[in-house]
Formats: sequence, structure tokens, C-alpha cells
Amino acid sequence: MNSLAQPQPVPRWPGFSRPVAIVSALLALLVLSVLAAAGTGAVPLPPLQILAILAALLGLDPGVPVGAGETSLILHLRLPRVVLAMIVGAGLAVCGAALQGLFRNPLADPGLVGVSGGAALGAGLVIVAGGLLAPPMFPALRMWLLPIAAFGGGLAAALLVYRLGTRAGVSDITAMLLAGIAINALAGAGLGAFSYFANDEQLRNLTFFTLGGLGAANWTLVAICLGVVTLVAFVFLRQARALNALLLGEAEATHLGVDVQAVKRRIFLGVAAAVGVLVAFTGMIGFVGLVVPHLARMMLGPDHHRVLPVSMLLGALLVVLADLGARTLIVPAELPLGVLTAALGAPFFIWLLAKRGKDA
Amino acid sequence: MRRREFLALGAMTLALPTRPLHAAPALRVVSVGGAVTECVYAIGMERLLVGADTTSLYPPVAERLPRVGYQRALSAEGLLSLAPGLILASEDAGPPAVVEQIKRAGVRWVSLNTAHTPDAPVQKLLAVGAALGQPTLAAARIRQYEADWRRSQVAVAALPGRPRAIFVMAHGGPTLNLAGRDTAADAMLTLAGCDNALDFKGYKTISPEALLTAAPDVIVTTGQSVDGFGGLQSLLTRPGLAESPAARKRHVVALDGLFLLGFGPRTPQAVMQLAQQTRGQT
Repeated sequence: MNSLAQPQPVPRWPGFSRPVAIVSALLALLVLSVLAAAGTGAVPLPPLQILAILAALLGLDPGVPVGAGETSLILHLRLPRVVLAMIVGAGLAVCGAALQGLFRNPLADPGLVGVSGGAALGAGLVIVAGGLLAPPMFPALRMWLLPIAAFGGGLAAALLVYRLGTRAGVSDITAMLLAGIAINALAGAGLGAFSYFANDEQLRNLTFFTLGGLGAANWTLVAICLGVVTLVAFVFLRQARALNALLLGEAEATHLGVDVQAVKRRIFLGVAAAVGVLVAFTGMIGFVGLVVPHLARMMLGPDHHRVLPVSMLLGALLVVLADLGARTLIVPAELPLGVLTAALGAPFFIWLLAKRGKDA
Repeated sequence: MRRREFLALGAMTLALPTRPLHAAPALRVVSVGGAVTECVYAIGMERLLVGADTTSLYPPVAERLPRVGYQRALSAEGLLSLAPGLILASEDAGPPAVVEQIKRAGVRWVSLNTAHTPDAPVQKLLAVGAALGQPTLAAARIRQYEADWRRSQVAVAALPGRPRAIFVMAHGGPTLNLAGRDTAADAMLTLAGCDNALDFKGYKTISPEALLTAAPDVIVTTGQSVDGFGGLQSLLTRPGLAESPAARKRHVVALDGLFLLGFGPRTPQAVMQLAQQTRGQT
């Protein structure tokens, strides 16, 4: 899986190791992107006014008058969206990185273990047949029906893949990958059937779900996603040493004292929970989970102590920038986010691949 | 015309006492939904419009308004960037989270019914008139609509027979998308004195064999769909349609999508044209 990883070159500047330099640069870029994203939108607001609004929100006296409408725009529309973009990017990327480490397969991504497919199927069920379930339900509950069904679908699919790939308490990586492909095919068939029975409106909603978007962002969603992603990232980071040992092979990892089965279970459940929640609220945002971990490895080598956190940084950066584009490119309308993550990330990835070919 | 201007003048004087003449900034309105936008133009209040969605295609000048995207995929900040005081939207507008965000931002959101009845345009005109503070203009336009409607009813009743019709829409796939019951197209066929040859609910893609048994006398579609099919000839040679009486007579009626299915102020004219053209009259 680390065929794409580069050997680590000698530090260029004494006193600054390459990892420190790269991480600092990425952090600086992320901060700049977040500021740019918070400062840019369909409603033009000068940077100074945004600073004044933020100061007022923090209880400071900005010294200039701040409009209630503008404050509400920043507080309820733009800020939760930028923060959610960071969380979604970091979460999808760390899940991809952990899965690629676990499967020792560069093509592993959260979609492969069935989570995204199952979630889409759950969402499709609510979009197409939700009307049948809706009348007896409270409207407030109806709003949560789609995320709950999507999360349930994702979790069910992932657990099914795990069960199918596990014999006598031992999970076989190849069997899990194949089970993932089979479950995805089934979910695809179900989604196809839903789109056949869907009316015009439902079809449109299905399409938007499969392209992803952060338009529904609010502080409740931010809190839920932040909680889940933080928890899962914490669990994954504790598995970094085990994932490194797994690079040598399962038998070797076992000899090094790693409880391989426990690692598999934790990562699988973590991915199912995190991706399930993220897909439920933001639809299917492609590319991040698959390619961001590769970018991280290209920059800093295969050590999971670095790959996992740097993937989170890169994922956050990519989704914040992609969503900035989604919100502002065709103002006052909006582009689907899934289109932009791929459109932004893929050329950069291709450039890295080509550059690597020249160096070799 | 003079009568309308007089009424407009009357409405303006009625509105005067509530707003000071000099300082009142005009209400900024975004219209979402083709028929809704048509209603705003129909009562002559288009100067208030500062944006419209991509389904707002009539009158053609409406296409020059800033576009807020497709009506089911609106962007909250995008809408707010137009600083609207009022959003007139069809019930199809969404997604719900964005609608919620707009309402929470304090913008008035008026939802307009999307029923497929001859009364629906009246309801829309009434609601648009009320929301824009122009009930008199709306009432005048409704009287005109009702006269149009009665005229079209007389014309339709005088036409011979009940043609067996199908309504077909292009959806990019290799199969045809056909209208069953509970669709705008089915309602229009019925109003135009035609029988929908298909009896299922909503839009479906059906097999060539099922289509063969429908044996329509006339194929109704939209102008946009004819392009989607790759021209009339391509549609008429589809398996299942090629053998139909309609294809043998090359009897296809293609009307503009919004005109035919929008249930806007032009509905009487659409019913009349559909009724005449399905009987081979133009």
C-alpha cells in the first residue's frame, strides 16, 4: 500500500525537519482558507466588518455598528458551514487513511466497505417512500428521518460486510473487500430501483444526495459531527502503531504484540459510525477519503503517526476550499460539493503523480 | 387597458398612506417557480423582482433576472445576497433546510400552491397579489383569467370526440417517461377533453409492449422534450410507438413545457391549444 510513498529526504533547513515544515505550512494554509471562506460568500461583506461581527459575537466592543442581519448571516449560515466543512473533510480523510492502512490497499475508501452505499440506500428509501411514513409522524421527527435512515443504512451495510468477512472470530481482509463490493452492488441496485420509482422531485433529491453538499449546516449538525469525528479520530490515532505494524503483514503484527482482530474491529466500527453520520447529513462527498491519504503519504511517508493527522489537515483544507467554490462560483446559485472536491483534488493529485514519476 | 391603468392608480393611492412617498425603498422580491414568476408579471409588478429561479422562463425577459439556481436546490446565502424582503415560492422549492434558514434570517417566505386544477392559477394570483400588497391588480387579472377560462371551456366543448392521448417526456435514458394519473400532464389532457391512454400513478418508464397496447391517437409532449428525443422522427420510430395510430398519422402535439404544465395564468390558452391540436386543428 505504500508503493506511492516517498523515502523521506534529508531536511533542507537545519533546525526545521521536513514534517514540521509541511505541517506548519498546512496549518497556515488551513487558517488562511478558513478566514477566506468565512470572509467570502454570496453576500459581500468587507473583512473589517466580519472582524467587527466576530468581535461583537465574542462580547467585545467592535467600535463600529454591526447589523443584526449580517451578524445572523455570519453566525448561522457561513460559520457553521465553514466549520462543518473542516469536520467533514477531516473525518472522511482520517477514515480513508485508517481503512487504507487496515486493508493495506491503496484503493480502499469508506465507499468500499459499504458505508456510503448503505447510507445512500437508507436516504433513498426516505426520499422516495418517506411520504408513506410521514403522515403519522411529527414534522420535527420527519426532518431527522433521512439522516437516521442514512446512518442506519450505512451502519447495517458495514456490519454486514464485517460479518461476511469474519470467520471464527478472524476477519479476512480479502473476504471483507469482496463482501464490500457485493454489498455495494446490492445497494446500487436498490438505489437504481428507487430512482426508477421516484417522481421528478424525488429523483432530483436523490441526485443531490449523491453529489453531497453542506447547505444544511447549522450548529446542531456541527456539534454532532464534531463529537463523532473527534471520538473516532482519537480511537484511530491510538491505533497508529498497530497500523504501522500491520504494514509488515498480519502475522508479523501479531508477533509484534498487536491484537490484529481488535484493531480491525475498532477501525471498522469507527469508519462505519463516522462516515455514516457524515454521509447522513451531507450526502456523498467523493474523492476525499480515497485520495487525501495518498497525498499525506506522498508528503510525509507511510508512518501512521503522521498519515492520520496530516490526512485530517489536508481533508479539512480540501473541503473548505471546495465548499468555498461551491458557494461562490455561480452566485446566487450553488454547485454540488462532490463535483468540486474531485475537480479541485484530482488535478493536484495527478500533478503529484507526474512529479513523482520524474523524480524516480 | 385603460381600465387596468385606472385600477393600478387606485391601488397606488390606496397604498400611499401606509408608506411615506419619499423614503420608502421598494420591496425586493425573489420569485421561485416558473408559474409564480409568470403571476408576478401577469399583475404587472415585475419591477419588484430582483431574482428568479431557473424554471422562470416566461415571459422571456424574466430570464434576464439574476438566477438563484434550480428551485429544488436553492442556496441560502445566494438568496440572501439579493437582499430580498419577500420570497414568493412554489411548494416545490427547497431543500427544506435552506427554506428554514431563509425564514430564520427574517425574510418573509410565501409558499404558493402547486395543484393541477383550473382554480390553481387563481389561487396563485390571489396569493401573489396579497403578498405584494396589490390585491386590486390581482383581482383584475383574475377576472381576465376567468373570462379566458370560460372562453376556453366553450371552445373545448364544441370540439368533436375524445382523442386517446399519451404524454411523453424525455429523460435522457433509452426508455420513454410517460405520464399517468396525478400529474400536471394528465390534468391538462382531461381539461382538454382527451383520455389519457395510460392508467398508472405518476411518471413511469414503460415497456414497448405496454405502450403498444395503449395505442394512442395522439402523442403530446413538450418542445424541450422533442429536442431531448433527438427530433420528432426519432420519437416516432421508438419501439412501441412506431406502430401506434399516432405515429402512423404523425400526430404529435409539442407545446412549451411551462405553458402546458405550469398551471400559471396562461392555463386557459394552453387548454384550448391542447384541445385543438390533439384534434388536428391549429
